[in-house]
Amino acid sequence: MHLDLTDEQTMLRDTCRDFARRELLPHAAEIDERGEFPSAQVRGMAELGLLGITVPAEYGGAGMDNVAYALAMEEISAGCGSCGVIMSVNNSLVCDPLMKFGSEAQKKAWLPELAVGAKLGCFALSEPGTGSDAAAQTTVAVKDGSGWVLNGAKNFITSGAQANVAIVFAMGDRSKGVKGINAFLVPADSRGYQVAKNEKKLGIKGSSTSQITLDEVRLPAEALLGKEGEGFKVAMSTLDGGRIGIAAQALGIARQAMEEARTYALERKAFGGLIADLQAIQFMFADMATEIDAARLLIWRAASLKDKGARFTTESAMCKLYASEMSNRVTNKALQVFGGYGYCKDYPAERHLRDARITEIYEGTSEVQRLVIARAVLTSGG
Amino acid sequence: MELELDAALREWRDTVRRFADQRLRPTRREREAAHATPLAVIRELAALGLLGVNVPTALGGSARGPLAYVLAVREVAEADAAVAVTMAVSNMVAEVITRFGSEAQKTAFVPRITGGEMIGGAFALSEAGAGSDPGGMTTRAERRGERWLVNGEKLWITTGDGSDAIVLWARTGGPGPKGISCFLLDGRRPGFAAGKPEEKMGLWASHTVSLTFSDVELAGDALLGELGGGFKIAMMALDGGRIGVAAQALGIAYGALARVRELLTRPTAHQALAHEQGVQFQLADVATELEAAWLLVLRAAWLKGQNRPFSREAAMAKVMATESANRAVRVCVEIAGGLGYLEDEVTARALRDCRVTQIYEGTSEIQRLVISRDVLRGAHA
Repeated sequence: MHLDLTDEQTMLRDTCRDFARRELLPHAAEIDERGEFPSAQVRGMAELGLLGITVPAEYGGAGMDNVAYALAMEEISAGCGSCGVIMSVNNSLVCDPLMKFGSEAQKKAWLPELAVGAKLGCFALSEPGTGSDAAAQTTVAVKDGSGWVLNGAKNFITSGAQANVAIVFAMGDRSKGVKGINAFLVPADSRGYQVAKNEKKLGIKGSSTSQITLDEVRLPAEALLGKEGEGFKVAMSTLDGGRIGIAAQALGIARQAMEEARTYALERKAFGGLIADLQAIQFMFADMATEIDAARLLIWRAASLKDKGARFTTESAMCKLYASEMSNRVTNKALQVFGGYGYCKDYPAERHLRDARITEIYEGTSEVQRLVIARAVLTSGG
Repeated sequence: MELELDAALREWRDTVRRFADQRLRPTRREREAAHATPLAVIRELAALGLLGVNVPTALGGSARGPLAYVLAVREVAEADAAVAVTMAVSNMVAEVITRFGSEAQKTAFVPRITGGEMIGGAFALSEAGAGSDPGGMTTRAERRGERWLVNGEKLWITTGDGSDAIVLWARTGGPGPKGISCFLLDGRRPGFAAGKPEEKMGLWASHTVSLTFSDVELAGDALLGELGGGFKIAMMALDGGRIGVAAQALGIAYGALARVRELLTRPTAHQALAHEQGVQFQLADVATELEAAWLLVLRAAWLKGQNRPFSREAAMAKVMATESANRAVRVCVEIAGGLGYLEDEVTARALRDCRVTQIYEGTSEIQRLVISRDVLRGAHA
């Protein structure tokens, strides 16, 4: 048992912290306000190797571990929540399943460009009527000679508007239930693949959230990711890892919100002194700081289990559940410290609260995490 | 980074768990009914090295470090929280004497604590008017030539009536923290009076007493540490103590959770509840919070073992562990329903025993002061 970071991990964290301070924080409000994809910032992240952190060097990635990934996610998300999710999706939801389930040819075809940000990926699981109940896929994949034809619609796809490739889940054989689901690597320039709509959202406005329609999209046999019928497994296993990224995103947003509230509390005067000297304010900081640290430890544990190749489904659900709900409590308290100013856009407090809100929803809602955890408590002893 | 326990720690935890399951759990009702923990049980703790887990072997300790200590407290507390508090106070007192005592004090007192020759060490800090604010204590120790004359009353002293090693804080100078010194006295030498054990909400098998000092004479060498240095000693001891209380709270909560799991997974009237989302989600929250708190406890213990600063981390561990443990035991009573409310049930006992963990060795409010001071104005804020 020890909590020291390796030199490599420390260096990555410091690099990301510095980058976030210089390149993200000064632009985060504008990115949110304009609701535009932060291309320049994503390019900067790509140059630092942040879009393929755990991708081995032979495929062009940074070749680091999942603890490093969590550290980087925290720092980038502290700088800009939108940049955090863009990074998380490319790493956890695209590169990760490619590494784990991809054939050598698929890895060689996609990873080198994804890992350096020359291309971006997206993960197309949700549908207009299929969210938490991912097994109820209505997008269909029909065999066509040796290849496949896909039809359907995918919803809430992060980076959908920019992605060059999508991992698309579709039902191949409904009679087999979840074992009838397949995963495919679908180039965005495939005929019949269309970004039909971009959503307007409460927060993380710099990242795109798109509806993608698939109209007679023809794919070769080699587009299948993993084995036939393995799609649900690909999705669930991928989300186990993705949840660590989202938890770290929630953590970064919360930490930044608390830091800004701290600065304010040490300047703002009321009742003849600084509000930082009022116990009501002090106790908020005690709770914020404690919960932030607890979330970080849960995240590090899940990440280090993943690094060991051990099972980490329950731990990942715990870190996601705790960190995302913590982030909502903390950003809400941080806003409260600012009072009326916190509610106004001159300060970033309200953005942090809006950005934090989604972390309780995507990559498995809090309710889905609780189902996963409760199952573990009742079977293995939690 | 390594958040798993190594083989030696796992083995130690399993040893303590076996002991707790075999020797403590089956007899805890008797101790509760008797409102006392017999010396024979304390001797068994001593034999396992549980009374000086972080104390050098030369002084009878088992020198296994703070991580081993929190693992042990958690296991013992899961079986019997009253034995755990006795154990925790003994460890704290043994550590404080080891750290601040003279050679003579160390050899005279520490092996007697670690060897189980008394019910436990005692930590006499609080007073009727000085709980969270020990700097306001009024018990005085005045110089009488080479000796000290003590007057005053200490309150809520765990094992105060069963201890031969009492660490006592008294005012030797002016008002405020800097006027406080620390003394070490032998409870076998009469001259002061222990009150009758308080009737408490929980932890029945552990005694909590007042200690009244009326012109009690102490030898000149009874001073522990430096004159006027008592407050600092108390704060340092409590930093470590808080990690132990946090582990105790989690042990209690995990015990209640294990009982509820047993009810939900065996063919009992409760089994159908396991399928209800209303129950499942409460269990998920409990398990997640306890796990988060446990990681905070491990972090604080690890830092302590590394001789790095850990005040803020200990305070975080205590506030999170004790508050999440209290939420957890309330949920466990709720799920166990009417059965869970019966006095003899694990869940009801857990609810009674757990409450004080948010109070002793620094209330939740004090932890929040410690944390916020560091977060807002601390060196590494």
